[in-house]
Amino acid sequence: MSEIHMPRLSDTMEEGVISTWVKKVGDKVSSGDVLVEIETDKAVMEYEAYEDGYLVKQTASEGDTVAIGEVIGIIGDSPDAVPEESGGSDAPAAEEKAAEPEERAESEEEPAEATSSAPAEPTAPAGDADGPRPRTSPLARRLAKEYGLDITKVQGSGPKGRIVRADIEAAAKDGYAAQDVPAAEEKAAPSAPTKAPAAQSFDDGRDSEELKTSNVRKVIARRLTESKQTVPHFYLRRAIDAEALKAFRAQINEQLSSTGVKISFNDLIVKACATALKLHPAVNTSWVEDKLIQHHRVNVGVAVAVDAGLVVPVLHDTDKATLSEISTRTRDLAGKARDNKLKPQEMSGGTFSVSNLGMFGVDSFSAVINPPEAAILAVGAMRPEPTVVDGEVQVRNRISLELSVDHRAVDGAVGAAFLKDLAEILEEPMRIIL
Amino acid sequence: MADTAKPKGGTARSSTTKRRTRKDTTGLGNEKPETLLDYYRQMLFIRRFEERTGQAYTQARIGGYCHLNLGEEATVVGLMTALQERDYLFTNYRDHGYAIGKGMDPKRVMAELYGRVDGVAKGWGGSMHMYDTETRMLGGYGIVGGQLPLATGAALAVTYRGGDEVVMCQMGDGTTNIGAWHESLNIAKLWNLPVVFVVINNFTGMGTTVDMSSAEPDLYKRGAAFRIEGERVDGRDVLAVRDTATRLVERAREEQTPFLLEAWSYRQKGHSVVDPAKYRTDEQRDKARSDENDPIVIFDAQLAKAGILTDELRDEIAASVKAEVTEAADFAENSPHPDPSTLFDYTYATPVPNESRRMPADPVFAE
Amino acid sequence: MSVITYRQALRDTLRAEMVRDENVLVIGEEIGVFEGSYKITEGLLKEFGPRRVKDTPIAEEGFVGAAVGAAMLGLRPVVELMTINFSLIAIDQIINHAAKIYGMFGGQTSVPLVIRTPGGGGQQLGATHSQNIELFYSFIPGLKVMAPSTPAEASSMLRAAIRDDDPVLFLENLGLYNSKGEVPDDYAEPENDNAATIGRAAVTREGSDITLIGYSRMAMVANQVAEKLAKEDDISVEVVDLRSLRPLDRQTFVDSVKKTGSAVICEDDWLTYGIGAEIAASIQEGAFDYLDAPVRRVAMAEVPMPYAKPLETAALPSIESISTVIKETLSAVGKRVG
Repeated sequence: MSEIHMPRLSDTMEEGVISTWVKKVGDKVSSGDVLVEIETDKAVMEYEAYEDGYLVKQTASEGDTVAIGEVIGIIGDSPDAVPEESGGSDAPAAEEKAAEPEERAESEEEPAEATSSAPAEPTAPAGDADGPRPRTSPLARRLAKEYGLDITKVQGSGPKGRIVRADIEAAAKDGYAAQDVPAAEEKAAPSAPTKAPAAQSFDDGRDSEELKTSNVRKVIARRLTESKQTVPHFYLRRAIDAEALKAFRAQINEQLSSTGVKISFNDLIVKACATALKLHPAVNTSWVEDKLIQHHRVNVGVAVAVDAGLVVPVLHDTDKATLSEISTRTRDLAGKARDNKLKPQEMSGGTFSVSNLGMFGVDSFSAVINPPEAAILAVGAMRPEPTVVDGEVQVRNRISLELSVDHRAVDGAVGAAFLKDLAEILEEPMRIIL
Repeated sequence: MADTAKPKGGTARSSTTKRRTRKDTTGLGNEKPETLLDYYRQMLFIRRFEERTGQAYTQARIGGYCHLNLGEEATVVGLMTALQERDYLFTNYRDHGYAIGKGMDPKRVMAELYGRVDGVAKGWGGSMHMYDTETRMLGGYGIVGGQLPLATGAALAVTYRGGDEVVMCQMGDGTTNIGAWHESLNIAKLWNLPVVFVVINNFTGMGTTVDMSSAEPDLYKRGAAFRIEGERVDGRDVLAVRDTATRLVERAREEQTPFLLEAWSYRQKGHSVVDPAKYRTDEQRDKARSDENDPIVIFDAQLAKAGILTDELRDEIAASVKAEVTEAADFAENSPHPDPSTLFDYTYATPVPNESRRMPADPVFAE
Repeated sequence: MSVITYRQALRDTLRAEMVRDENVLVIGEEIGVFEGSYKITEGLLKEFGPRRVKDTPIAEEGFVGAAVGAAMLGLRPVVELMTINFSLIAIDQIINHAAKIYGMFGGQTSVPLVIRTPGGGGQQLGATHSQNIELFYSFIPGLKVMAPSTPAEASSMLRAAIRDDDPVLFLENLGLYNSKGEVPDDYAEPENDNAATIGRAAVTREGSDITLIGYSRMAMVANQVAEKLAKEDDISVEVVDLRSLRPLDRQTFVDSVKKTGSAVICEDDWLTYGIGAEIAASIQEGAFDYLDAPVRRVAMAEVPMPYAKPLETAALPSIESISTVIKETLSAVGKRVG
C-alpha cells in the first residue's frame, strides 16, 4: 500500500489540477503506466506509476487543485485492498479548511476594517499637524540635535530655504545665545539652569546643552551685529567691462607659468582696491567714537568661509605687495583660516575688505561692513552681457561691483569717486601694477 | 521530420574516414564477456539512476531544471570508455550519466542533485553542473555552446605544457548553430588542439528539429568548413560508439588536431523531466520509445542471443543496480543541507578587502 | 623614481610578469605580429615567441572562452580585448563562465584570468566604440574589476591582477595611455613584488570643502579639477580614486564625505543606473547624517555617442562641467571661499 502524491511537473509549479484519471479505481497498474494527467501551470502532463499494484483509491477528483506532495491516490497490492482512513480523508479535509477562511473574510471584512482603523487616528504624530517640515540637510539636522537647537526656528540659506550646516552654526551662536539670557533671568523653573529654552520646543523632548562657541564665532556675531545696528550703510553699484582684465590675467599667468603661481581675478581686484585706496585716502579711514581716523597703511581683508564661520584674514600693506605676493599670501592665509590656525594679528588691522561670491554664480550682493573699516567691496560673477561699445551692441564679459560705505566716515560723492577710479583701473588693468 | 527519418550516411569525407565493419552476426566480435557485461551494467545503471532522478524530481527532492540521459545510455558508456583517466571531459547540462561514466561516485552525483553538502559540487551546482577535478570531468554547463570555448582552452593548456591528454567536448545537436561552435572549431583547428567535439544528435533541440534549425542537417559534415574530419555513429550501439570514439580520441592525441563525432540516438522523453513533449506526433513518440531504438533492449538481446546474458544474470544485475541506485538516493537524502553560513565561501579564490558579506536585509554599513 | 607613460607601465609590467612566471601568456587580436592596437604588447612576440603570445582570429567569444578554459588548467592568461565594446561579443564567457566556475562547482577550480581592455570616449570613434560598460562586469560577483588611473597604479595593479587567482576585468582607457607619471625605478623588474591591493580605493588628494569621486580617466580629471579650483577659487577638493570597482571600497569615500559634508561623482559612463548611482546610494546610507547637500553626479549625456566633435564634446563630462557642479554644490551649503 503506497500513496500517490501530487508530483511537481514543472519548475515553477506549486499546485496541480487533476485533469484526467487514466487509471480507474481497481485498475491494475504497472511501473511506467500513465496513472493520471495533471494540469500544471504550463501544460497537461502525464504522470506515470513508479511501482506495480492496483489503484485502490482516488483521493482527489478530476478538476481538483492539489498542492505538490498532497495525496491524490493510493496504490495497493490487490484490487480490493482497503486504504487506511487517514490517507483517504486528507485531501477533502484540507479543501474544506481552505474554503473556510475565505467565507469568514468576506462576512467580517467591513467590521474588521472599521475597528482596526478607528483607533489609529488619535495616535498620529502631533508634529504632522504643525505644517510642512522645513527643508534641512541631514548634516544640519544632526548638528541641530547636537547643539540642542530647534531646527524649525532656524532660517535656511540654501536652495529653496534649505537649512544647511552654516545656518545651524550661525544659529548656534546667535539665536541660542540670545534666547539664553531671558531663560537664565526667569529662573522660574527649578530644573537645570544650563538647559536652553530651545530644548523645550524639541519634539522628541531630548535634553539640550549649551555648546562651547569659538571666539571666532563670537567676534563675527558681535562685530556684524554692531555693524548693522550702528553703522549707517549706503550702497554704490557699478558694473565693469572685464574683457581687458581677463586678457591681462591670462597674460600674467602665462608669464608666471613656470613659477607655479596663478593669479586669480580676486587677487587682481584686491590689488586694484589697494591702488584705488592710495588715490582716495578718504576711504581708507575709520569712524571710531566720534573721531575720524586716517590710516596710512593700506591693509585689505579678504573674506573666507570656514567651518567655524566667516573670517577675514588681512593682507597688510596690500599696496606695496606684488600680485604674486598677494596671490601666495591669500592662499596661505585662506589655508590657515580653514585649518583654524590664523593668528590674531593676521585677522586684525584691516582698513578695507573684499568679499567675492562670484564663483558661486552670485550676480551682485550687498556686504556688511567689517568695523571699524569704512567700506567693503562685494564682487559678483563675471558674466557675458550685451553691451553698447562705440554705438554697437557687443557681448562682453562684465563683473558687478557693489561698495558698502559707512556714511559717518565717507560721503556719497567720495565713495563714488573711489568706485569710479577702481572701475577704471580694473578696465585698464595695467594700472593695477603701475 | 528528421525524428522519423532514418539517419543517412556514415562518413564525412569517404576518402579520409573509415567505416566500422561488423565482424560477426551478433555484432559483438571477440569482446570478452565480462567487458560486455560491464557495459551492460553501466548502461542499466544510468537508466535506473535517471529514472530515480526523475522520480525524486517529481517528489520535489530535486529542484531547478533536470535533463535526463534516457535513451542515450549506449552513447554515454561508449564515449566514456574511449577516454583515458587522464583525459578531460566537458559536457552540456545533460550530464548525470557522463559524470558517473567519467568515474564520479554516483552517491555524490545524486547528493549534488539533492543539493546537499556531499554533492560533487557541495550543492552549488545541481543537475546541470556536475564537476570533479579528480576524475577530470570539468563541468556540465548550462548555456548552450558555453563549454566549447572552455574545452578548446583546456586543450590549449595541454599543448602549452606539452602534455598528451585529450579533451572531449560533448554537446547537443542544437549547439552546432551557435557562434561559439564556429569560433571554437576554427580556433581548435588553427591552433592544432587535441579536442574531440561530440555532437549527441537526438534530432531535437528541445522541440525544434535538426531540419528546422540546421541548414546542413548532416551534422558530422559541419566541421568541413574548418577542415575538421567528422564521423557519424549509431549512438544506440555501445560498441560502435566506443570504437569510433576511441579511434578519434587516439588520433587527436597522436596527430594533435581536433575531430568531430556525431552520435545519433532517440530521446525517450521530453527535453527535461517536466517537458510533456506534446510537439511530437504519436508516431514519433512511439518510435523514440520503441524497443528497437532502446539501446538497453538492443544490447540485452544481443548479449542474450550470444549466450552471455542469462535470465539469472539479468536478474542479478538488475537487483544489484537497483540496490546501488537506492543506496545513492538514500545517501543523498541523508546528506546534510549546506549551512547558510557557508554562503560566501566560494565567491573568490583569492580573498581581498571589501568583498561583500551582506545578507539581503543587512545594511551596507554595519552600525 | 622615473616618469613614464601609462602605456609603458603596462607593457613593461606585462613583460616582467611573463619573465617571472612561465604560466603567463597573452592572447588577443593583433597583439603579436601587429604588436597591439595600442602597442601594449610591443616587442613581446619577438621576445617570447608565438607559444606565449597568441594572435587570435576575430572571435572574442572563442578566444576569451579558450583563455577561461586554459586558466581552469592552471595557466594565467592575460587576454587583450581591443576595446571594452568588443567584450559584448564575449560577455557570455565572461559572465556565465569565468565569473561562475569557481562558485558554481563548489570552489574546486579557480580561473586566474586577466582581461585587459580600454574604455573611453572622446576619440571620435562613434556610437559603438566609445562606450564605458565596465558597469556590466562590476555588477557580477565572482569577477574583480580594476581601473588604474596613473602609470604607477597601472603597474602595481596589473601585477596584482595577474597574480590573483580570480578573473579580473582590467579597465584601461584610451585617454590615459599617453598620460605620464612617476613610477618606482624597479617597476619593470620581474623580482618586483609591489602589487596593489585589489578592493581598495585611495584618497589621491586631501581637501576639506567637498569630496570628488572618480575612477580611471575620471580620477585623473578629478585631480585636475581639484588643482584648478584650489588655484583659481580657493576651493579645497578632496579626491577619491575608486581604483577597484569590485570589490568596491565604500568606506574610503564615505569617510571622506563624513569629513567634507558633500560629494560630487564624475563618471565617464551614463548616469542612469551607472557606477555613480551605486556610489551615491552608498553615500546616502553610510554618511546620511553628514550630508549637507544632495550628492551630485557629472556623467555622460544619455545618447549613443555621436561622431561629430562638438556633439561628442558636449556629451562628455569636462573639467568645466565638474567645476560648475562643485561650485553649485558648495553654494548650496553656503560656503564662501576666496
